[in-house]
Amino acid sequence: MNILSFFNKNRNSAPVARDRLQILLAHERSSVEGQSDLITKLREEIIAVIAKHVAIDKDKVQIKLDRGASVSTLEIDVEVPGLRDSGEGKKGPDSAKAQPA
Amino acid sequence: MAKVLVVTSGKGGVGKTTSTAALGAALALSGKTVVVVDFDVGLRNLDLVMGAERRVVFDLINVVQGDAKLAQALIRDKRCETLSILPASQTRDKDALTPDGVARVIDELREKFDWVICDSPAGIEKGAQLAMHHADEAVVVTNPEVSSVRDSDRIIGMLDSTTARAKAGEKINKHLLLTRYDPARAARGEMLRTDDVLEILSIPLLGIIPESEEVLRASNLGSPVTLSNPESAPARAYFDAVRRLQGETLEMSVPSEKRSLLAKWFKRRVA
Repeated sequence: MNILSFFNKNRNSAPVARDRLQILLAHERSSVEGQSDLITKLREEIIAVIAKHVAIDKDKVQIKLDRGASVSTLEIDVEVPGLRDSGEGKKGPDSAKAQPA
Repeated sequence: MAKVLVVTSGKGGVGKTTSTAALGAALALSGKTVVVVDFDVGLRNLDLVMGAERRVVFDLINVVQGDAKLAQALIRDKRCETLSILPASQTRDKDALTPDGVARVIDELREKFDWVICDSPAGIEKGAQLAMHHADEAVVVTNPEVSSVRDSDRIIGMLDSTTARAKAGEKINKHLLLTRYDPARAARGEMLRTDDVLEILSIPLLGIIPESEEVLRASNLGSPVTLSNPESAPARAYFDAVRRLQGETLEMSVPSEKRSLLAKWFKRRVA
């Protein structure tokens, strides 16, 4: 596979173009009617659920989407300051103090 | 019965205006009365490609707004008397084109011509939507290149949802016109092949226009390629496309330049 792709690297770009288009358009077609804001809705609702229990900074939410042929992944990365404050937050200053001593 | 045809693509620079001119002239040469209408308000170019830029007095917006009669704005082609052009405005703002006004002009054109060919502006905004709204048929111009294919897919979606026919529950006939095609590069796997594009877009193929220097030469001269050099490869591809548009079934091929041995030899000598 690697050797083949090495030799074909400069030539056979058309199959790559075709595959990329097929995956992209399959998603775009299904999202034209009303679903285009699915990601926005998911993000808002998931954050709302987390926000019920802990205080979160909405600017520190990272969202990654990877659309594949059969499976897509949606990755939501939320920084939760509340947990750090109650757990690590207390240990942090302690250990910082401990070091000079 | 008159047919309204929109030439559209979404993406700019793929050959909408060139194809409008070439198809219009080829249809006119087959004996039909044809008008080509430029919908690209503010960036008109169909007049230039058709070689009528110095004869423009009134334009589509003058007619839509009632400042000029349709007959005053139509420019008859000097080389082909069944071919006319209705130019777009160069200066006025796009909002001057109203849906009602366009509907009125299209109705009037339907009475005068066998074919009304609308050259759509690029994009998916109001201008492109107005150009396709009254269409019975659509030619989707696509280059074998990812961004063009993606945009064509969007445009096909719009043709099926926003046009007058779509809203009335009727079908709009869509045709794919693959332009700037290089059979040698496609065979080497460097360019999307015809069947790749057809599989992705799944609309019937109207023709394959090969990449050719004749196309630039034609626009330099201000003449549709089907008039300036009817024997050239792109012109023959456009003539075939027009015959398919009129219902004929032809074998699909990518025309190549015919050059006699003598001409080849001569060209090499000159070069």
